[in-house]
Amino acid sequence: MLIDFFYTLRAARLPVSVKEFLTLLECLQADVVGPHAEACTLDDFYFLARTALVKDEKHFDKFDRAFAAYFKGVQERADFRREIPADWLRQEFERLLSDERKANAPKLDWNELMETLKKRLEEQQERHAGGSKWIGTGGTSPFGHGGHNPQGVRIGGESEHRSAVKVWEQRVYRDYDDTQELGTRNLKMALRRLRKFAREGQALELDLPDTIRATAANAGYLDLRMVPERHNNVKVLLLMDVGGSMDDHVHRVAELFSAARGEFKHLEFYYFHNCVYDQLWRDNRRRYSEKFETWDVIRKYNQDYKLILVGDATMSPYEILQRHGSVEYDNPETGAEWLQRLTHAFPHCAWINPEPQGVWPYRQSVALIQQLMGQRMYPLTLQGLEQAMRALNK
Amino acid sequence: MTPQFTGSDHYVATQDLKLAVNAALRLRRPLLVKGEPGTGKTMLAEEASAALGLPLLQWHVKSTTKAQQGLYEYDAVSRLRDSQLNDERVRDIHNYIVKGVLWQAFTADQPVALLIDEIDKADIEFPNDLLRELDRMEFYCYETRELVRARHRPLVFITSNNEKELPDAFLRRCFFHYIQFPDAETMRQIVAVHFPDLKDELLRAALQAFFDIRALPGLKKKPSTSELLDWLALLLAEDIPPEALHGADRQLSVPPLVGALLKNEQDIALFDKLVRMNQRHR
Repeated sequence: MLIDFFYTLRAARLPVSVKEFLTLLECLQADVVGPHAEACTLDDFYFLARTALVKDEKHFDKFDRAFAAYFKGVQERADFRREIPADWLRQEFERLLSDERKANAPKLDWNELMETLKKRLEEQQERHAGGSKWIGTGGTSPFGHGGHNPQGVRIGGESEHRSAVKVWEQRVYRDYDDTQELGTRNLKMALRRLRKFAREGQALELDLPDTIRATAANAGYLDLRMVPERHNNVKVLLLMDVGGSMDDHVHRVAELFSAARGEFKHLEFYYFHNCVYDQLWRDNRRRYSEKFETWDVIRKYNQDYKLILVGDATMSPYEILQRHGSVEYDNPETGAEWLQRLTHAFPHCAWINPEPQGVWPYRQSVALIQQLMGQRMYPLTLQGLEQAMRALNK
Repeated sequence: MTPQFTGSDHYVATQDLKLAVNAALRLRRPLLVKGEPGTGKTMLAEEASAALGLPLLQWHVKSTTKAQQGLYEYDAVSRLRDSQLNDERVRDIHNYIVKGVLWQAFTADQPVALLIDEIDKADIEFPNDLLRELDRMEFYCYETRELVRARHRPLVFITSNNEKELPDAFLRRCFFHYIQFPDAETMRQIVAVHFPDLKDELLRAALQAFFDIRALPGLKKKPSTSELLDWLALLLAEDIPPEALHGADRQLSVPPLVGALLKNEQDIALFDKLVRMNQRHR
């Protein structure tokens, strides 16, 4: 019934749904591929499965590997269905281990680790602690928690020594994260909230309700009424941080940018580095030769523009608070002053931060910017973007 | 037994493409075709429908296309005018329903093929508005209060150039095929289908030059099958000898009529530069 095949694909992180799997079975039943059809080799089955199950060429590679793995008779999934009694994982003491013993903790690579874990699950009957083999607490065994092993699987408990390869109980959440990854499409859907339609300009469309009303008022003689077509009327001024600590986020920000471009009638963008000072630039390659005065930018665009700043807000607090504090530029006025000027000139503003929200509290500069932006800083996730767009529309 | 698609006189289909078409044909589910521009996505619908003997209805999607336009449109303005003129037609609302492509496809007397071309050009919600229509092959006309249901489920081809990502719900209802750029062997077959009396020598030289250009790093738009075919047609028309296609000692050189292969000036400039560099380093 190929159910295992289906789960092998799922295990390889392919977004295959039950409906698509049923379609494949339906195809087989209809003899598109099979002993009674012209196409009857494994290759044909491979093509059929791919056309029915995989809907994006970027997944083809994953599919190929999973397919090969399954049909070699190897199951990529390991069977960890047995539950581990909570008692084994109750940490009673943190054993003080000598450095030598820590260094000698059994190291296993991924496959060995999984194989061994499987074996242990079958063999182990009771609770262990402080040892080097069984699932338990303390000790140097690769399985369990609160122990010392350079490459182990943490089962239960809190991460104390920060070296587990895989966090057993968090697997579910990791899957969650994957599906929440922001694609261009998601970004577009979120940005779409910001769209505002207004009727302006020439009369172009037939306004049916008004025509009917006017015709009735005209004693039944036709009186056509037109209305202007609806236009997307949102204007956005986008300021983006580039370079330095933003390099990790360049890809996601570029995606945001490409999504943003199509969604607004007017989109103006400028770059800055770390914090906004008195100059911005438009072309990153020509940033030293072609600069725009921030004052001019503020004067050029009126209050209708919504201001979106994108940056990780991760810098030394001096870069915000001190004159001449910028890392690469001798700024006569503080970044804080410039930010205040901007938020004053553009009351509809928000700061989008690609760093995960969890690390914000550890960065002093993030708190400073938050304060300067009037708490309007949002993470670059679907939810964060939605909140940001809602704030911008207020 | 339903007929099988096995390629046609003008179209070389690889095994995976044949299977995809046959699966779509057998289960009557839409087939989504993606691939580099110029690899024959639209051609596929034309050739497959011709080979299977199905009339082809085409719906070319533009950025302003609405899903509703594929179903039907209610021409309220002419009805209003007719009522002013006391036309008899005005009593029947059916006279003012303009049938769209999907309606025509659903109510055709014989099975038909339907091409929805370049679906990614439309608004981002467009595919979502067609989910039920393509899945159940039916829709409801509110003006006449009737349910339009497919008498024969049409064979639907949908092409996309990947300008926008399509929603998952939509993808789940389709078969998917990605037209790979053909390898040299398939390309030879494709050329043979289009130019049956091309000289071997010229073909070999042209393909060599073509794949050399495609292998260049950093081209904005790599030349594709349709460009190769245009170029070959030009070479034949100008009667260019095979020797002109490569430099003196088989080095990279600028082939004649390169404008048919490279279509923007940055690419041509880049290509010239590479050729010149190549010659200097000899």
